[in-house]
Formats: sequence, C-alpha cells, structure tokens
Amino acid sequence: MSAVAVRIRRRRGAGLGLLAWLIGLLFFLPIAWMALTSFHSEADAATNPPSFGAALTLDGYRDFFGVGGGASPWPALINSTVASLVSTLCVLLLALPAAYALSVRRVKKWTDVLFFFLSTKMLPVVAGLLPIYLFAKNAGMLDNIWLLVILYTSMNLPIAVWMMQSFLAEVPVAVIEAAQIDGARLPTVLARVVAPIALPGIAATALICFIFSWNELLFARVLTGVVAETAPVFLTGFITSQGLFLAKVCAASLVISLPVLAAGFAAQDKLVQGLSLGAVK
Amino acid sequence: MTATTTASMAATPARTARPPSARLRSWATRAPLLPALIFMIVVTQLPFVATLVISFFDWNALYPKARHFTGLDNYHQVLTDPDLRHSVWTTVLLTVAVVLVSLILGLGLALLLDRRFRGRGIVRTLLIAPFLVVPVAAALLWKHVLYNPEYGLLNGLLHYVGGPQPDWISNTPLLAVEASLVWQWTPFMMLILLAGLQSRDHQQIEAARVDGASDWQIFRHLTLPHLRRYLELGALLGSIYIVQNFDAVFTLTSGGLGTANLPYTVYQSFYQAHENGLASAAGVLVVIGSIVIATFALRVVSSLFREEVSRA
Repeated sequence: MSAVAVRIRRRRGAGLGLLAWLIGLLFFLPIAWMALTSFHSEADAATNPPSFGAALTLDGYRDFFGVGGGASPWPALINSTVASLVSTLCVLLLALPAAYALSVRRVKKWTDVLFFFLSTKMLPVVAGLLPIYLFAKNAGMLDNIWLLVILYTSMNLPIAVWMMQSFLAEVPVAVIEAAQIDGARLPTVLARVVAPIALPGIAATALICFIFSWNELLFARVLTGVVAETAPVFLTGFITSQGLFLAKVCAASLVISLPVLAAGFAAQDKLVQGLSLGAVK
Repeated sequence: MTATTTASMAATPARTARPPSARLRSWATRAPLLPALIFMIVVTQLPFVATLVISFFDWNALYPKARHFTGLDNYHQVLTDPDLRHSVWTTVLLTVAVVLVSLILGLGLALLLDRRFRGRGIVRTLLIAPFLVVPVAAALLWKHVLYNPEYGLLNGLLHYVGGPQPDWISNTPLLAVEASLVWQWTPFMMLILLAGLQSRDHQQIEAARVDGASDWQIFRHLTLPHLRRYLELGALLGSIYIVQNFDAVFTLTSGGLGTANLPYTVYQSFYQAHENGLASAAGVLVVIGSIVIATFALRVVSSLFREEVSRA
C-alpha cells in the first residue's frame, strides 16, 4: 500500500471515529440531561429554553425519597430488591443442575429439551396472565411478593438454562470424570469442579436475570397493589403530570435505573449472550 | 411445538429389558433436569391451557353467574371488533418499524465500533446505556423530559434555532412511542451485530484486501453474507420482545391516540373491562401470532446453535 493511501485511510478512520463519538454522545444525551435535571430545582427544570447552568440542588432527590412528605419509595425499592434477588437465586438453583444435565452429562434428546425451554420464552406474557391472576385471587396471593418471585423465576429460567448450558459446555469432561472416579458425588463435583470454571458465566447470568426481574412491569402492575408494589410500579405513579415535578421524575428514574445500569455494565461482555439466549457468543 | 418436545422426552425410558441399574443410572442422569422442567411446565404451560379453555366461555368477572360456554363466539367478536383489529395493526406497525429502524441504526453503529479508534470502549459504554435504563423510567424520560411541549428538551433545543414547538405525543403518538423504543433497542441490535462482525474470518478479509477488493466489495460480498444470520437473529429476538411491549405504550400514551397494541388491549379488556372470555381469546390470538414468529426464530437460533456445536 502506498504512503498516500495509508494516510487517506488513516484520516478517514479518524473521521469515522469522530462520527462514532458524536452518535454515542447523542444516544447518551437524554440520560445526561436526565441526570442534570435531577439536580436542578423544579423551577429551573421546567424552563424553555432549557437552563443548562442553573444552580444544583438535591431537592429532587429529597422529594423523591419523601423527605418533605409524600409516598416513600423505600417499600417499593425493598420489594423489587427481594423479588429480583430471591428469584435470581431460585433461577440459579434450578438452572445449574438442569444445565449440567444438558451439557456435561447429557440426557438423550438434550437439544429438544433446550429448545423446549427457549419456546416457553416466546409465549407472550399476556397469554397466561389472566389464569395466573384468577389463581392468585382465589389462593389469596394477590399483592404478594412471593408470587412475583415464582413468576420472575419462570420468566428467567429459560435464559439462564441456555446461558449456563453454553458456559458449562466449556468445562472439560475429563476433569469431571476424574473427580467422579475419585469417588466425588454430584453435589461435590458441581461445587468443587464445575462451579469454579463456570463462575464468571454464572455471575453474568445472575446479573442478567436480576436486570429482567428488576425491570418487569406487567406482572407487577396486575398482581400487586399497595403492599407488594415494585419500583417500576412506583414509577407508573409519575405517568400523569403533577405540576412542577420534572426534577423529581428524573431523580426517581435515575435512582431506580441505577442497579440495572451497574449490573449491565458489570455484565457488559456477556450481555449479548444472555439477551440472545446464548445463540451469540 | 412444546407438546412434541415433552412427548419425545417421555418416550425415552423405553428400555425396560435392561437391568435396573442401567435404568436407575439413566434416571440419575435425568434427575438434575427435572425440577427446572417441571417448574417450567407448571408455571408457563398450565396457565396457557387455562387461557385456551376460558377463551371458549362468555365470562365477565362482574357477572360471574352468567358464565357459559360460547364456542368460538369470543374469537368472532375479537376478530370483528374494530378496536381490536386496530390494535393488531398497531402491533404489527410498531414492531416492524422499531425492529427495522433499530436494526439499520444498530448495523451502522456496529460497523463504526468494529474499527479501532480512540475511546472505543467509552463510546460502546455510552451506546449501551439507553438499553440499561428501566423501561418505565425510559418511557417517563421521553414523555416528560424530552417530549413535553412546554419545557421538554426537544422543544427547548428547537427554540434555539427558532423552530416550531410541536406537541410530539399528540401530533404523532405512534411515532413518539416508536422513537423511544428505537432509542432503547438500537444498542441491543448493535451488540448482536458487533458480535457477528467480530466473529468474521479476518484472514479472509485481509486476503480480499490484498487482492484489491474495495471496502464496499468486502462489505457486500463477505461481511453482509456472514452477518445475515445475526441480522435475522436480531430481527426475530427484537420482534419477540417488542410484540410483547407493554411498558412504553402504557407509560407514554396509556394506549390512547390509537397506540394500543395487543398486549395493552388484552390487559385493558380484563383488568379494566373484566371481560375474561374476550381477553383470553385475544391472548390466544397473540400466541398464534408469536408462534409464527417464534417458529422462524427457533429455526435461526437452532442453525446458529448447531454451527456452534459442530465447531466445538
């Protein structure tokens, strides 16, 4: 390649890099603006043209956390935390042995089983919502956080089985067989041999299940009320405008999104694999 | 689809002639799988069967005594109800628009990010961020902070250039919903396509370049064919998630202004109108629609999957 061609290529490369930066900033702009607005006073938040350099204050956050009266978001945040963490734990407890039977010591027709799990993910939520609602009503389980735990477990289990299946498939079979010949039983093999190798993948799976549970709205909206409402349901209280409340909305949205942003960035590399149900590595 | 897989599962323990130890061992192999499998069948398949049964009944929850079997009446009513038919159309429009636009944008961004440049990691992180905002929060952000006609950022920025001050959600409700979803789903498409780009055969591309192929030729004849399956996968997974979208429609427009899609309509017809039979029939129709998409989706996933398995 001639020196001129290299220089042209390099200059165009820099231009494209700049373009990538511009688009990246454009996509991030709404979030940055949300963050800035959350630190403005309500009066400064609702101006046109926007007041970029207005004084910063924590009033929006105080308002959101109900310091000056109003509903406290803490019960909803705690509910979301319980539902997301417990359901993620249940998912791991069910998915890890299942993935083991689908990757290490494979059952017959293991691909069929795998695709059965995937197909349940394609069944729309609304299709089963009504019977679940009627069941919960008759069983006295409406507005009960444990019902959400069960449903979130079923929502995330297929994703987890797929992801973990592909992670466990990377564990060399010879190592496992050696452990079994030495007389180790299945739980021991899982804990001592399989888990350490597959741990990063398991962590990513857990983070992704956590994100999906934390985000979920439809089940929570239909099946919970005052007691078991989750953070997204709490957010729906902001759907209709209530005078000057922009800073409060931004603070609320940001605080409630924070766990997801943190989990998502932590699992960045495995995010695609989880979202594509393990089809893309 | 689900019935066949479970049937073939049940058909495996046919070798009764074997000594019991072999049977025991095959059950021991299967045992770790069973809790997850049974849990999934109970929690996801049973409710659907119940939905199917309810869909054949005329059943309004406010008049439980008047419940009776009506055969296909609910389906007839659902398919002839102009509101519901409109929501089918809205669902198709919403899904196709969001998937196509975010796929094209995602492809562009993936191509940009596949190159080396300063701060690539940071740009990638910036681009993923919209996908990591809680969907309701994202919808609230668009509704109040960006679209608001009086103090929203969009009109604020238009103000600087002396542009018009439209009421975005009232003027173009469906487009408003679509834009917010495209913002959230473009990162997803970008991630899938980026993974596709990075799994290309780089030696082959270098060889083509040495042979004098232009960037466009390489893209057209090497990259695009390789990406085809990833594009399909993105489109299908996006469709599955967006067909079911509830959060954005619920938050941005509350299903008003002609933006009610099928999930929202089903939600409304039983949660607010208490029409259990009608809601179930609509739900069954959503499932039939999804099975059509899902059949293709499963085929694509399975072809990528078999490739992986044979490579390993």
